[in-house]
Amino acid sequence: MVVPMQVAPPDFDRMFGALADATRRDIVRRAIDETEGVAELAGHYPMSFAAVQKHVAILERAGLVTKVRVGRRKVVRTNLEGLRTARRLLDEYEELWRGRIDRMTALIAEIEKEPDR
Amino acid sequence: MTVTAVRKDPDNLRMTLDAEFDAPAERVWRLWADPRQLERWWGPPTYPATFTKHDLVPGSRVEYHMTGPEGDQPRGFWDIVEVDPPRALVFRDGFARDDGTPNTDMPSNEVRVTIAESGGRTRMSIENIFTSTAAMEQVIAMGMEEGLTQAVGQIDAILAEDAVETKT
Repeated sequence: MVVPMQVAPPDFDRMFGALADATRRDIVRRAIDETEGVAELAGHYPMSFAAVQKHVAILERAGLVTKVRVGRRKVVRTNLEGLRTARRLLDEYEELWRGRIDRMTALIAEIEKEPDR
Repeated sequence: MTVTAVRKDPDNLRMTLDAEFDAPAERVWRLWADPRQLERWWGPPTYPATFTKHDLVPGSRVEYHMTGPEGDQPRGFWDIVEVDPPRALVFRDGFARDDGTPNTDMPSNEVRVTIAESGGRTRMSIENIFTSTAAMEQVIAMGMEEGLTQAVGQIDAILAEDAVETKT
């Protein structure tokens, strides 16, 4: 354990673990349309219905998708808020690197002022 | 205005940032290759970095720590994958335990740096590839400026007990 702030809150851990898998990311993308149930989703992948069901369950636990009733069917719906979180993190990461680049630029300018350069 | 482009791909947890410097490639390379230079930009002013082991050779491990406003010293390391001075550097950036060994419980991310000189100016591209969003969260928490660090710290204070339990 280094510093407390390095430990991601538990919900983040689950969400991010869920997003680390390519099939699950694809399910999240497809479920934005809110038209397919687990059976239809399973048709897109070379894996068993049970395997896809398992992926959906992981996404559900992570709060990235929910199952909603449409008439007599249940369709899988993406929780866009979850995706926004990933987006926000990338934005913050961009800020981190922008800060670094600013410091690099300052450093280069400083040394170039010296007469021997 | 040195950052010229940023590409973000949330689905694939990847961010690429391009920057341009008014300096030759060798000079830009030195920002990475000279640990004393590196220390002046890697950490934010509130979390300056100290590199205690730094040898840019494939297979070697670079070691550093940062010093926070309250004297906390989170440790990190780079596992060097590829080195091609002054053009390319690829490494995995991870967290280390207090004794300096890599903390394999914590995620690492891959950083790919490419440097290309053209007409006296040098373009540097930094590609960051995360294994999970948790990796992003943690790297950001370690490197951010004070305001966000405090915000994250507050969230953590609220969730600290749970976090310790769920961390695998």
